[in-house]
Amino acid sequence: MADTLAPARPSAIRPARSAGRIALRTVGLAYVGVLVLVPLGIITWRALSPGMPAFWAAISSEQAVTAFRLTAEVAFASVLLGTTFGVALGILLTRYHFVGRRLLGVLADLPMAVSPIVAGLALVLVYGRNGWFGGPLEAAGISIIYAVPGMILATTFVSLPLVLREVVPVLQEIGTDQEQAARVLGAGGWHTFWRITVPTIRPALTYGVVLALARCVGEFGAVAVVSGNVSGTGQTQTTTLVIAERVQQMEPGAYQLAFVLIVTTVAALLVAANIRRKDELS
Amino acid sequence: MSIQANGVTKRFGAFVALDDVDLDVHAGALTALLGPSGGGKSTLLRVIGGLETPDAGEVSIAGRDMTRVPAHERNVGFVFQHYAAFQHLSVFRNVAFGLEIRRRPKAEVRRRVNELLELVHLEELADRKPAQLSGGQRQRMALARALAAEPSVLLLDEPFGALDTKVRRELRGWLRALHDEVHVTTVFVTHDQEEALEVADEIVVVNNGKVEQVGSPSDLYDKPANDFVMEFMGPVTRLGGRLVRPHDVQVTAAHVDGAVPGRVARLQRIGFEVRADVTTADGDLWVQLTRGQADTLELTPGSDVWLRAVV
Repeated sequence: MADTLAPARPSAIRPARSAGRIALRTVGLAYVGVLVLVPLGIITWRALSPGMPAFWAAISSEQAVTAFRLTAEVAFASVLLGTTFGVALGILLTRYHFVGRRLLGVLADLPMAVSPIVAGLALVLVYGRNGWFGGPLEAAGISIIYAVPGMILATTFVSLPLVLREVVPVLQEIGTDQEQAARVLGAGGWHTFWRITVPTIRPALTYGVVLALARCVGEFGAVAVVSGNVSGTGQTQTTTLVIAERVQQMEPGAYQLAFVLIVTTVAALLVAANIRRKDELS
Repeated sequence: MSIQANGVTKRFGAFVALDDVDLDVHAGALTALLGPSGGGKSTLLRVIGGLETPDAGEVSIAGRDMTRVPAHERNVGFVFQHYAAFQHLSVFRNVAFGLEIRRRPKAEVRRRVNELLELVHLEELADRKPAQLSGGQRQRMALARALAAEPSVLLLDEPFGALDTKVRRELRGWLRALHDEVHVTTVFVTHDQEEALEVADEIVVVNNGKVEQVGSPSDLYDKPANDFVMEFMGPVTRLGGRLVRPHDVQVTAAHVDGAVPGRVARLQRIGFEVRADVTTADGDLWVQLTRGQADTLELTPGSDVWLRAVV
């Protein structure tokens, strides 16, 4: 993502006369244009062309405001969980040797490969009313599925590898020298983690968090299954679900919400690209 | 403070890094752990520092059993081959780290860090990041950092291994001078026998996970316990089936008691030194002479000589 924005190294630039280079550039531009810029441009046009009053009405309705709030809550909690798990798992995978370490690494990547809908269904099977944990939890008055906790679980599941995959290469690259040096200087595990490990992985961590945030805000499939897509009283629809409903019901206001999501995501990606650039410069 | 290791054994899978090793370093000494790569000397140092846990045996520092004490409670100074500088902290904060962890008052930290930066000649570079320092400067910073909290012992793992020859030689002399000033019990690991001979009061030769010999530099050079130590401590050649130093072979024109005959095959003049390759009935060897000796004997390729080991 941000890597594609970075300028090529001088040594990687081929002479201009190469026909292959022109062909490559055409393919690249066509890809970005047809698949990214044109669709996003049309959505922006559809969002803004009905005028500001319509735009305001679409994003300030009770349904939209509740959806925004739910999206923010779920994304915030999921990023928090994903970051905690991601860093803990990263340290476990790079700093400890144990049986099944490689398998754990593969499993941690699984959410990238599994369809979000499948992930959502799996969570329903486990935490649903008739699921393994769902029944006892329900009896204790805690509902997971068709409620915010389930939506957070589903979103955390799909975004977990983002932080993990950012911090693992950095943890591997820095090695254990600095951590060992901190140990012999008198720092226990906790101090070593906060004073040495965290500052060292901070750029990668921030980048992973921003990517995860963008992913969480835009999550649809897993949340659609787990939330039950309830509108009206007890709404569990996040922004993406409201957009889908408005499009399917031919209701107005879908593009305006989509536009808000695009702006949020692009802003997040710009922040991430900026962090990466600063990191490369230093 | 003294350091004792008794029967220390450490395995990595099937590989035995340390095999029932005993070590006794007396307080205030500057000791070298010398040996070939993979011989176990770094592992022994890391066991003393608490960075590795031995499978068997005990380690004590200043008479206190440290075997089960975690690294961060041992109060040792440790210097790593690749500096292990805290990249995100300035030189000042690197050196201050151990004091900050111990929650020493700010004024004391500042005074102590400045004192140490002066000692290692880095006072001008206190605000730099480690990435802006040369290798030698980084290692001096690492030394100041290790000494800041007044450790009971200072452990250095191939401290000059990553530096170029000139800086290395400079830092060796400097480590010796520092030790004479600070008097902290110091153990350093090296695979360079010249470094060990030049810097250390006492040398422990470690090979194949075992201690081969312990002694002063001249003991080890002159009275090696076995052929391995002999070969490791300096150049050797073989005369009459026995290892000798090339400068311990007496060359004469006439027969003397116990001498064997030989013929000079080749002469090499290297500055003040002359190397003679000599063929005997027992095999080939090389002999180190001064230019004066070679001239007096009027050695040329083809000269017949008599050879005798003088020690």
